[in-house]
Amino acid sequence: MDKLWLIIKREYLTRVTRRSFILATLLTPLGFAVFFVVVGLIFQYESDEARKIAIIDEGGIFGNTIKDEENLYFKFESRSLETLRQQFDELEYDGVLVIPEIKDLLSQELTIYYYAKKQPTLDIESLIRSRVSNQLRDYKIEALQLDPQQLQALDTDIELEPEPIDDESEDATKLTGAIAAGIGGVMGVVMYIVVFIYGMMVMRSVMEEKTNRIVEVMISSVRPFQLMLGKIVGVGAVGLTQVAIWAILIPLVVFISTLVFGIDSDAQMEMAQQQPGGMNPEDTQAMVAMALEEFKNQNWWLIVPLFIFYFLGGYFLYASLFAAVGSAMGDDLGEGQSLTIPITIPVIIAFYIMIVAIEAPNSSLAVWSSIFPLFAPIVMPARLAFSPPVWEVVLSVVLVAATSVFFVWLSGRIYRVGILLYGKKITLKELGKWMFYSD
Amino acid sequence: MATPILDLRNIVKAYEKQIAVNRVSFEVPRGSIFGLLGPNGAGKTSLIRIITTITRADEGEVFLDGEKLNSRHPEQIGYMPEERGLYRKMKVGAHLTYLARLKGLSARDAKDKIGAWFEKFGIQDWWDKKVEELSKGMQQKIQFITTVVHEPKLLILDEPFSGLDPVNTNLIKSEIHELRDKGVSIIFSTHRMEQVEEICEHIVLINRGENVLEGRVADVKDKFKENLFQVDYRGELPADLLSPVSVIEQQPERIVIQVQDERDSNAFLQQLLNRGVQVTAFNEILPTLNDIFIRQVSN
Repeated sequence: MDKLWLIIKREYLTRVTRRSFILATLLTPLGFAVFFVVVGLIFQYESDEARKIAIIDEGGIFGNTIKDEENLYFKFESRSLETLRQQFDELEYDGVLVIPEIKDLLSQELTIYYYAKKQPTLDIESLIRSRVSNQLRDYKIEALQLDPQQLQALDTDIELEPEPIDDESEDATKLTGAIAAGIGGVMGVVMYIVVFIYGMMVMRSVMEEKTNRIVEVMISSVRPFQLMLGKIVGVGAVGLTQVAIWAILIPLVVFISTLVFGIDSDAQMEMAQQQPGGMNPEDTQAMVAMALEEFKNQNWWLIVPLFIFYFLGGYFLYASLFAAVGSAMGDDLGEGQSLTIPITIPVIIAFYIMIVAIEAPNSSLAVWSSIFPLFAPIVMPARLAFSPPVWEVVLSVVLVAATSVFFVWLSGRIYRVGILLYGKKITLKELGKWMFYSD
Repeated sequence: MATPILDLRNIVKAYEKQIAVNRVSFEVPRGSIFGLLGPNGAGKTSLIRIITTITRADEGEVFLDGEKLNSRHPEQIGYMPEERGLYRKMKVGAHLTYLARLKGLSARDAKDKIGAWFEKFGIQDWWDKKVEELSKGMQQKIQFITTVVHEPKLLILDEPFSGLDPVNTNLIKSEIHELRDKGVSIIFSTHRMEQVEEICEHIVLINRGENVLEGRVADVKDKFKENLFQVDYRGELPADLLSPVSVIEQQPERIVIQVQDERDSNAFLQQLLNRGVQVTAFNEILPTLNDIFIRQVSN
């Protein structure tokens, strides 16, 4: 047993102290931060450009008053368009907005004209359109002598409040779906990455030991199974370490960078709010608060341990398969590459099923995929935020645990034959035979 | 008679349809340098893997120092495989310590013993070097230390000199002798017969999975000798002296003869001396292990 521990320690320490690991682990959160800062700066830059727009309000719908924006100034002009066009270069306007007289109060279309040397940017265009539209609305109400209050009452904001039909059903809010999707998606992506990066790491390590023949020296001191298991656990620990560091560093770094560059988030918020159909500040804040509340309401005591379980179960399941394939590959890398395909296909399929499961967590596809051991580590975590039935979770957990153990054992049998065999043509059938070789 | 360090009885090992080892039995005397010989593919590696518990025999039994082979025995065996490698990115000292601890040594013990070997070989400054910084010959020296650091009772060296220059070959050879003098039993596997002659006291020859020859080197040579004698002399040989013997080769002042019975050689020598022939050398020509090997294997 202490030999196994020695192997795990070595596999872990040699990788964790490697420069490439340290760099990758620390640079990725930094990369996130840089991304946020750069995007924020880009938005900030846009809003720094001060623009002046002249308005020729032919129909007088604005009544000569219009509110200025930050870095965007409006001025009503009584001079004609021709005058402004001729004097455009001396005046410091970025553009001239011409709003024609309203001929038909009941018309639902109006074309306004923006004269400038350059096309208006998207933000200006949408701002102008929404401003004119809102103002025109008020103008029409007055001109048609409609009662503003009655008009407002026409639109009713409908809110859907989910209520449990009996005591056992879950009391969800409308944000549950979004939060669950978020949690599930993150888990799915993490699993996907872990299986590929760390599963492949195991495979490459096995292949390396085979090609440089260290394996011959090793197995005169330890059983092949100990070597394989030690490697899988050691590499898994490296993966856990990296993911744990990221889970702490990335939110921290993002938080710090948004603090330091505080203006960014404000500018981003403003931009978002001016999009047509955007929410006003109060709504947004209410939504964020509700999201956080929803977040806290999740059954974390259950979800976190289950996450960890599926993380480990899925990792062991796939990593052991990678080890088996790695042991079969000889010095000829090309031949063996095709053997990795049967392993990666279930992972990819599971990922796509997970995306579907987020939208329909109780569909039969989602239910059965979250129980089928090859898909479960990716699909079930996505369903967890939707409080799936207990028996489904239990069954899934049991099957994943049993399958992981089984695959580790099975891969051990393939591994112990593969690492000593060179030069044989490797097919899946061949691997199958190895399982039955006597020890 | 002391218990042999290794006793193989009726070992059989087959891979799918091929029989790699076909009822092989032999004993390795304690404290000897024992040659495990045979052509490529003869089954030597299969046998070695069975002895080192890497694989298990399909039939037959192996006894190490009188005990049936079990999982604690690898700690008493030092094995240097023919194809041997090291983790290239590890530092030498850390690597050797790792391997020594896998053989059951404590961390403290491992460092001390490795340190002693480094001093002996004068390679203390290699401790913090990465394995990939060492030349092939240097790596072989490291591997040798790995094989012996845990003071095993039985050493199995598979082609230990391949890739070594003459200086390092001599170094390893003298280490082997020193270890033998301390009581370690050594199995030396090779197909280089000239190396065997220099080092081994006992041999076994495996061909096509079978034990075809076994015994002390001197006895084996004796068994295959053809009663050939080489005589060096000055001047001329009287022709009539040559009639009772077969002349195999004749050169100026050297003749190789073959006699019917080994005792006839003395009679021949006597005749030469009586006739006043100036004999400068008189040697029995024993077959080389190479010759014996080829003869046995070609049959």
